Amino acid sequence: MTAFLDIIGGLALVGGAVFLLLGGLGLNRMPDSFGRIQVGAKTTTLGTILVLTGAGFLQPDMALKLFLIGVFLLFTNPLSSQVLARAAKRMHAPEAPETVVDKYSEDHAETSEDEA
Amino acid sequence: MHMRMEENSKKTQSNMRQKAELFVFLFVFWVLLNGSVAFATLGVGAVVALSISMLSRRQMTFLTDFRYSPKAFWVTLQYLGFFFKELMKANLRLAKIVLSPSLPINPGFVKVRTTLKSPMGRLLLANSITLTPGTLTIEMEGEWLYVHWVSIGTSDVEGATKQIVAGFEQYLEVMYG
Repeated sequence: MTAFLDIIGGLALVGGAVFLLLGGLGLNRMPDSFGRIQVGAKTTTLGTILVLTGAGFLQPDMALKLFLIGVFLLFTNPLSSQVLARAAKRMHAPEAPETVVDKYSEDHAETSEDEA
Repeated sequence: MHMRMEENSKKTQSNMRQKAELFVFLFVFWVLLNGSVAFATLGVGAVVALSISMLSRRQMTFLTDFRYSPKAFWVTLQYLGFFFKELMKANLRLAKIVLSPSLPINPGFVKVRTTLKSPMGRLLLANSITLTPGTLTIEMEGEWLYVHWVSIGTSDVEGATKQIVAGFEQYLEVMYG
């Protein structure tokens, strides 16, 4: 039984590590801050949750606390990403040349001129 | 005069509800954190949670604005299932983009509209959007949300709302309104 739990836990850990690795790669490849924040928000959430799940299978005593960490992560991670992205947008961080539409700047054109 | 009294009692009621919700939230969190249901743990937790919830006002917890109906609880479960499915999808899609040598992105900032009224429902919606395929909430102004989209499907408000918001909204609508 413990061997079975170990296998599941190990697989979850490896899966989480793979997503975190892809996240790192994405940080390098994405052309602008917003793309990087996107990659950071998603891969770290799923990657860390998988790692926590794996740790929970390997150490069932810790499962409850790991679960709590996961819940906190689910709430704080997207919030911090959103605030970072908003800050980047407000200070007019450079955007990828591929950017197709920008409704945000269209709607906030006057305020940005006021600030400048 | 009569109307004002009614209004006041309504206010007290929602105030009481908020305090009760904060108490439940703090207490459950404390018990989970301790991982024990010994009398001393429960006692200390109850006293501290009670004093905090009595002393603070206007706190937001998961229960704020939650509709207590059997249907809402059932929909909450469905929402969680949908959410994790979308989170998986988001990661696989990003993995595919990041691993393709050509980096097939088509980014843009779109504007979507939500019909949700409650602050907690809106917060969960914004968070859910951030964690789902290719979208990241940037700014929220009233019922308008500005979203960064890695590969744009459509740039008009209705189309984007349908693609980004509608999936979550149908659940959150029942849960929070």
